[in-house]
Amino acid sequence: MSDNPLLKTPLHGLHLSLGARMVPFAGYDMPVQYPAGLMAEHKHTRAAAGLFDVSHMGQIRLVGTEAARALETLIPMDVMGLGLHQQRYGLLLNEQGGIIDDLMFVNRGDDLLLIVNGACKVNDLAHIQAQIGLRCQVIPLHEQALLALQGPKACHALARLMPGVSSLVFMTGNSFTWQGQNLYITRSGYTGEDGFEISVHQAAASPLAQALLAQDDVAPIGLGARNSLRLEAGLCLYGQDIDVHTTPVEAGLNWAIQKIRRTNGDRAGGFPGAEHVLNQLDGRTPVQHRRVGLKALDRVPVREHIELQSMDGQRVGEVTSGLLGPSIDAPIAMAYVDTAQATLGQQLNAIVRGKTVPMAVVAMPFVPNRYHRGPK
Amino acid sequence: MSLKYTVEHEWVRPEGPLACVGITHHAQDALGDVVFVDLPEVGSHFDQGAVAGVVESVKAAADVYMPISGTVTDINEALRDDPSLANTDPLGAGWFFKVEASAPAQIDALMDEAAYAALIGQ
Repeated sequence: MSDNPLLKTPLHGLHLSLGARMVPFAGYDMPVQYPAGLMAEHKHTRAAAGLFDVSHMGQIRLVGTEAARALETLIPMDVMGLGLHQQRYGLLLNEQGGIIDDLMFVNRGDDLLLIVNGACKVNDLAHIQAQIGLRCQVIPLHEQALLALQGPKACHALARLMPGVSSLVFMTGNSFTWQGQNLYITRSGYTGEDGFEISVHQAAASPLAQALLAQDDVAPIGLGARNSLRLEAGLCLYGQDIDVHTTPVEAGLNWAIQKIRRTNGDRAGGFPGAEHVLNQLDGRTPVQHRRVGLKALDRVPVREHIELQSMDGQRVGEVTSGLLGPSIDAPIAMAYVDTAQATLGQQLNAIVRGKTVPMAVVAMPFVPNRYHRGPK
Repeated sequence: MSLKYTVEHEWVRPEGPLACVGITHHAQDALGDVVFVDLPEVGSHFDQGAVAGVVESVKAAADVYMPISGTVTDINEALRDDPSLANTDPLGAGWFFKVEASAPAQIDALMDEAAYAALIGQ
């Protein structure tokens, strides 16, 4: 990758004009922060609305009557039972049950739209094409940009341009038109806040971003704050908190595997690594380590790769993501620890530059999520 | 007395027999919002170039190197309580520690303002 020039999203020029500090990420030249800075951007998203360029992520269409059935052979999710314009979180698995990537998928009626991680998208596409390319069309949408608008004022801001979006609830989507351009918008995101992800043709991406940024409530937010927001929300970052060496059960993502794909379900198994994953899920195979949330009791940031020890000094795990959470104003982390230590309230020591920092296993999310689930 | 600078982006201000040390405006800008500093213990001795502290923002952690050999005589407790001083006043209230130099000539050999400006491309 290092020999290749960095790719640019359709918003690259806008980022530069906004004074962004750019960094290489997933092969793209991306904004890590704007002049406001990570802390201010993070807090703005929790208080008002933040606009994120996530066009580096991959958008893939699966088309054909067999598409849902075919995708179920790659992920342990209920795809066939997904209603029109309903969205779900999914996990591409390998034959060992390790996670190749995490993704979002939505049933748009005439296709399934998959949103995959930027750093994984080339491999994902090749994998999906090789595995199910004979059963459905696999079409990468290189011409589509992806914007995320997140925060308690996101709905108000987006509804000024497209009033219909306020009727969406969390994890649903629909088609909208803005200035003659077709958009597909889902009420979803990766910050723990209410918000939207907008798939838009590259030609309309910058005008749409500027129409949103023209509103007082909306500020541009870089990848730095995207990371601190998602960690406070307890959401995994692929490549850090989950990867091919972790299974859905070890990662604590059991909730993402619907009953119908589990043991005794109507469509149990039938995905890569099913035997191992279901054995772990059912308790037939012990789970050696599990992902947990940790909060430091001292004000010392505890970062990825830092060793965790039990109170008697045994190594019991390692931090995979960690920082001082700007909204909760305390050091938080995700880590994998031995199952025996992975219980709420468990005290552990992080070894930071040779000193011990006491931490406790806590429930995630660290900051309560505020998704718009609609009237119940 | 004017400031001296290191390639690791610390500044040094001679104050009589002591030298006051902090991180440069350029360093704090690159780090972003500083949320934590780890300062050395008063009385501890460091050789020039040794890691004497740590400064962390939300996104990154950076070592603070001892610009000159010497013994720490004072640390900035106010910075420990409010690490954002390193952003808002890096050359003033955001100082890190003071050192009694064991080889004062090392200070003279550090970069001056013009050399440091050239280093950071300004």
